[in-house]
Amino acid sequence: MVKAKVLIRPKQGILDPQGKAVEGALPKLGFEGVTGVRVGRLVELETDNPEALPELCEKLLANPLIEDFEVVIED
Amino acid sequence: MLQFPGSCDERDALSACFRTGAEAKLVWHEETDLSGLDAIVVPGGFSYGDYLRAGAIARFSPAMESVAAFAAEGGPVLGICNGFQVLCEAGLLPGALLDNEGLKFVCRQVDLVAEGARSPLLAGIDAGERLSIPVKHASGRYYAPDGELDRLEAEGRVAFRYAPGHNPNGSVRDIAGVVNDSGNVLGLMPHPEHAVDPMTGSDDGLKLFLSVEEVLV
Repeated sequence: MVKAKVLIRPKQGILDPQGKAVEGALPKLGFEGVTGVRVGRLVELETDNPEALPELCEKLLANPLIEDFEVVIED
Repeated sequence: MLQFPGSCDERDALSACFRTGAEAKLVWHEETDLSGLDAIVVPGGFSYGDYLRAGAIARFSPAMESVAAFAAEGGPVLGICNGFQVLCEAGLLPGALLDNEGLKFVCRQVDLVAEGARSPLLAGIDAGERLSIPVKHASGRYYAPDGELDRLEAEGRVAFRYAPGHNPNGSVRDIAGVVNDSGNVLGLMPHPEHAVDPMTGSDDGLKLFLSVEEVLV
């Protein structure tokens, strides 16, 4: 059994209103100078077939039209 | 009329179908035998709680494989709101629906302009016709890459746009609804089934159901 993390991000160039809202909130809390905030998703999973992860991501976990994904296998 | 766990507009849509004089019934999403149906409506709601992405899980419902086969044979399919999201996720329609630009759930009456898309489902609606129909969604921002949008426009596949000043969610090029390349699959975010009685302020939505029903006659 392998533990893996899948990081899913909005594709560059696609407006990410969540990221903008978070970025807009930070200065109000006194955190100045934070830019480029993008909000994605983290999926943690365990699998005995890690080879299938890219296909699994393309078919379900991410929508390749609007999201990029990155699979991180944990030791 | 498909019904997923979390669908909520299937009864209004069913009632809209009845108003056209058509026979209609609910079909649970686990059903794979869709024989005998002349048209399929994928209704609005929050299938599977919109978990992961709206429509992402419902597209793997057993019925959806049969819907894809039905659409491939030219069968008319109408997706409304969550149904539109499901059809996009299933690859039966181009593009994707993202969270609204303003991050808020929007629920309001908007004006749509029919674009004269080449689709038998839209034969009863004139190009340029303006329809007053409600929207209610949190993830309705239509998106497709620029090249894809150019292609959709060139091929006459934009079904509806929000009228100027009515875009509620930041959809690219004000797109509210599109059709597939054969024109037999139509999806839109606004809810025609909620605008079928003048008592509710507009019955413009009935025009779309009548237009779809005409195809079946």
